Amino acid sequence: MTRVWLLVFGVVATVSFATIVLVGVPSVVLQQVFVPEALSPYSETELRGRQVYIANGCVYCHSQQLRDPTFTTDVLRGWGDRASYPSDYVYDAPHLLGTMRTGPDLINVGDRLPDRTWHLLHLYDPRSLVEWSIMPAYPYLFEEKAPGDVRPDDTVVPISGPRAPEGKVVVAKPDALALVDYLLSLRRSYPLPPEVGGPGPAASAGGAQEATSP
Amino acid sequence: MGGRDVSAAGPEIPLHEEIDIRLRADASSRGPVLFAFGTALIWLLLGTVFGMIASLKLHWPDWLVHQGWLTFGRQRTAHLNTMIYGWASLAMVGTSLWVIPRLVHRELRWPRLATAGIAVWNVGLLVGFLLILGGRNDGLEWLEMDRYLADPLLVIGGGMVGITLLATLAAREVGHLYVSVWYVFGAFVWFPVIFIVGNWPTLRGVESGAANWFYAHNALGLWLTAVSLGAIYYFIPKVLGRPIYSYQLSLLGFWGLAFFYALNGMHHLIGGPLPTWMITTSIAASVLMVIPVLAVAVNHHMTMIGRFSALRYSPTLRFIVLGAISYTAVSLQGIFTSLREVNRITHFTHWTVAHSHVGVYAFVTFALFGSMYYIMPRMVRREWPSEGLIRWHFWLVLSGISMYVIALTLVGVWQGLALIDPMVPFQRSVEVTLPGLWARSFSGLLLTAGHLVFIWHYLKILRGPAPARKIPPLHEARPVLYTGDGEGGSS
Repeated sequence: MTRVWLLVFGVVATVSFATIVLVGVPSVVLQQVFVPEALSPYSETELRGRQVYIANGCVYCHSQQLRDPTFTTDVLRGWGDRASYPSDYVYDAPHLLGTMRTGPDLINVGDRLPDRTWHLLHLYDPRSLVEWSIMPAYPYLFEEKAPGDVRPDDTVVPISGPRAPEGKVVVAKPDALALVDYLLSLRRSYPLPPEVGGPGPAASAGGAQEATSP
Repeated sequence: MGGRDVSAAGPEIPLHEEIDIRLRADASSRGPVLFAFGTALIWLLLGTVFGMIASLKLHWPDWLVHQGWLTFGRQRTAHLNTMIYGWASLAMVGTSLWVIPRLVHRELRWPRLATAGIAVWNVGLLVGFLLILGGRNDGLEWLEMDRYLADPLLVIGGGMVGITLLATLAAREVGHLYVSVWYVFGAFVWFPVIFIVGNWPTLRGVESGAANWFYAHNALGLWLTAVSLGAIYYFIPKVLGRPIYSYQLSLLGFWGLAFFYALNGMHHLIGGPLPTWMITTSIAASVLMVIPVLAVAVNHHMTMIGRFSALRYSPTLRFIVLGAISYTAVSLQGIFTSLREVNRITHFTHWTVAHSHVGVYAFVTFALFGSMYYIMPRMVRREWPSEGLIRWHFWLVLSGISMYVIALTLVGVWQGLALIDPMVPFQRSVEVTLPGLWARSFSGLLLTAGHLVFIWHYLKILRGPAPARKIPPLHEARPVLYTGDGEGGSS
């Protein structure tokens, strides 16, 4: 090649084409995504918890998406009742779909594990509940207090056994409480109406069969 | 034909003039190149430490858990960002600033602007990196740095470097643009475009996922790969003193990459909640990548053929050729992984982590090490002091990355097979990875040792004694095989 303008034109054209195909067109098409009634926007606390989830990199080990049952066994594993669709993410900014399952998928963790105390214990010391877990412990989301300093509105985490701090009680910080609120809000097993699996862009996501058969 | 500018001396230019042009080109880029390389190595060291900590934490989950900035999720993110935007990007900036003046037979225009650009880039990265450790990030993989406080500085800094490269290109004194120029130039145009699209703040839901993986895949394909391939295209013919095998294959490889690679991103979301046509587009484009990848592989191989023994005499060639082989390997592996039947098993496993390290390490980092081995003696006008340190560096990082990739690929498959079988409890998918996670930490030690050796050697060549020779080492003008011994350290 001897012409710079040809090079400029070529490199700009290829990247523009790809941007239009993979970002431009979808963002127009996906504006018509069906908003499920069963899905409510995140509360303020849940959003704060979502930021805690992002800040501490939960997404690097936990996905939030179930793939089509005709393609994988995500649903059979008990992680949810159906595959995930674009409608399930209308309130998510940014997305947290994830690319690793070092830990289990969390898109329905609020349904699977609805117990707030379980989550607090698990965040404080995962191996006290799940012996084989390799999840990091998050003691910095909690504080240890002398029993006399506990205020009535404090959430005391009932740690017992050898890992409990001696003579102290463990109190969840607001970040831990918000994170658990967010985790409990992850419930995407509500039924989607057939038309989401019918015409329109959402239809093709994950496979139409799943959406049309309740 | 493609190698015309690279051969020892074009028919039109007498050798002494050619040498003079090179000397002036090298002198013009010296400041920004050394600045870029120096800061790249600082980030390499930091990224190595963070990678090591993150790796150890996966099998010691109760280690260093009492401070937020030390948690796995932030250490891993700090590792990725320092390695991509610190080490690889800045080493690529240095290589680009050195190679373009050489290829267009002109001094680098506005070298101070380039230096300032590198400084701005570094400041942006430092801000983004500290915010990540402090718990503020954008939540998108590969785009974690703050989109308002950090990322604009990367666009501006990269743009300043790009402007100096473009100005140098505009003042060129060669008619033909060598293939390395295409790649380097393409990269500096592509990076700001994809980086801005990836950071677009209004995207929500699955669109945000699409833009995320559009960017993250192209950061590898249109930025890291582009400059690294440009370097490989420069150094193989340069060290061998033999032109690139085929100009037509160079063209096919470049435009094929530009067109197909840019469309690959959605294969990171196979089976995910995106419109199927998007994912299918990316799978099709991924499969079509076989065309440019094989074009480049054949082109490099045919240039090397009959000269593989030169690998023994040139550290540059060792790293560069292994990088080139890894490019072919990682691309073919990527194509294979994008097939639905494979992906349903390997997706969400350590297979992908291994794959990305074949790309960013065995390909990109090796190409950059090779480039630095060639460029540094020409910047500081003295030879690398120690052949032993080069050998240690080479074998430590080669054994380290081999072990890393083999271990994580294998446990990735086991993990995937456990995950795909609903009768197998999830616990099993965690347990099968543990040997691989330990092996990865061990391979991390080898890589760390290799990096320390290289950084030590770099400091030695920087601070070395007064130049031993008056004439700069230009033995690359002759085919390596015909030179005597004792010059292996500089080519």
